[in-house]
Amino acid sequence: MDSTRFSRVARPGEAALSLLVFCLIACFLLFVTIPVASLFLRITPEAFLSSLQQPAVVDALRLSLVTASVSTAVVVLLGTPLSYVNARVRYRGREIVDTLTDLPIVLPPAVAGIALLMAFGRRGVVGEFLDGLGITVAFTTLAVILAQIFVASPFYIRQARASFEAVDQLYEDAARTLGASRLAVLLRVSIPIARSGLVSGAILSFARALGEFGATIMFAGNFQGRTQTMPLAIYTTMQGDLNDAISIAIVLVVISFAVILAVKYTTRRTA
Amino acid sequence: MRSHDKVTLLVPLLLIAVMLAVAGCTGTTQPTGGQTTLTVFTAASLTGAFSGIGETYMAENPDVVVDCVFDGSQALRTQIEQGASPDIFVSANVKHMGALQGGGFMENDTVTVFLENSLAVIVPAENPANVTSLADLARPGVRLVIGTKDVPFGSYTRQVLDTMAADPAYGAAYRDAVMENVISEETAITTVMPKLTLGEADAAFVYKSDVRPEDRSLVRRIEVPAEYNVVAEYPLGILASSEQKAEAAAFIAFVRGPTGNAILESYGFDPVQ
Repeated sequence: MDSTRFSRVARPGEAALSLLVFCLIACFLLFVTIPVASLFLRITPEAFLSSLQQPAVVDALRLSLVTASVSTAVVVLLGTPLSYVNARVRYRGREIVDTLTDLPIVLPPAVAGIALLMAFGRRGVVGEFLDGLGITVAFTTLAVILAQIFVASPFYIRQARASFEAVDQLYEDAARTLGASRLAVLLRVSIPIARSGLVSGAILSFARALGEFGATIMFAGNFQGRTQTMPLAIYTTMQGDLNDAISIAIVLVVISFAVILAVKYTTRRTA
Repeated sequence: MRSHDKVTLLVPLLLIAVMLAVAGCTGTTQPTGGQTTLTVFTAASLTGAFSGIGETYMAENPDVVVDCVFDGSQALRTQIEQGASPDIFVSANVKHMGALQGGGFMENDTVTVFLENSLAVIVPAENPANVTSLADLARPGVRLVIGTKDVPFGSYTRQVLDTMAADPAYGAAYRDAVMENVISEETAITTVMPKLTLGEADAAFVYKSDVRPEDRSLVRRIEVPAEYNVVAEYPLGILASSEQKAEAAAFIAFVRGPTGNAILESYGFDPVQ
């Protein structure tokens, strides 16, 4: 079977090269896995379970899950029409809209935090007006959600646009000629076909919202149960009980793995 | 010829591998020339004062570089416990210093309390919530910023409020109403001031030394009477792992000498002899 691959024997340098490439790959994989594994090695199961019952940890878990769910729902609600229009309609300024929606991906979270504060803070451009109406945004749970929407929206919108572009326009045209309205085509044809892409985009967006730290601590502050999400709780509890910080980190590692698996599963099913 | 190409490809790859291995062994770079770099882990509340002291010291001692790292005492302690090795640690309370002493991280006979501090309430100069007394802090809608329970200025704040709660003139309801007004718990004193000057917060519990000379036009200070206040003791000392103990001791002597004390006093600290 191997008779045609005589080159293997002829080139002694190749074995060394393979070995070297193997070593480089192994080095990198160890570099990535050792820190994550270290989290699990630095804490006993008993300490982990007792940390999970600490009020600060419970509050952070609940707040994170609630805010990330709400912000993902808002991103899907606002981002689906936008990404569909940008996938299907050619209009002047489409490039500008695309650039603006991508901006939060490259913007450092600290910039997002101070920008949101300048806009929605009590003396901010919009916040001053809202304050007059008795609405406070900064340093509330609402601020946590706004920060998450800001940083996480591009993950959904990019994926959604690509998924809508991949829908064969023939199906949509066929539905139209059969008398379906534009809205019915979107809801009954385009979205069902693009579904797996939309779902994986929403999952990625949820994961980014869950991990948001910089913009949140600057714009929403740090208050247990109200604005202290899991990443902020890691930062805060690390100054008190390191076990609590490690336990929250482990929960986030597990969620991250679940996210990767979920995205792989949803995208593989249609591929 | 093909195998020659492979060899020429191998050489840079091997070089990269060697460089990676070497980089893994030597983590730190030695200072160049005859200069000594003193790394001083300093409680965030000393940011202004120790920047000034460091600059003055370097001006007088050109062969020494004083590198101050400012953060909450708790964060600095965690960093030292996790392997950071400064020459000097300056803590905003004795608890964190005591923990490091107990863990064998400090050169114990060098650790002394060198200054005292206490708390005050600050409000923005324009005072949007019209806070003029400690009693006003309990008024609904006042946006208050304090420290987390684990950082010294946060735990002192809780002590002050507990002392006030024990006094019938204020009572437990006062403490609860004040805590209800807290919008954010900060992990270091340095993030409190921007929230006041931006107008996001109406008042904050800070050290009386936290109003830097350049901030005096931006904020107003409300004193906390001595019967409710705490005396925060700041210890400093040399790390057991320091390789420049003589130079570190010389810098500490300067901090505790007339020049250092004058700078500390200008920031509102009370140096202890």
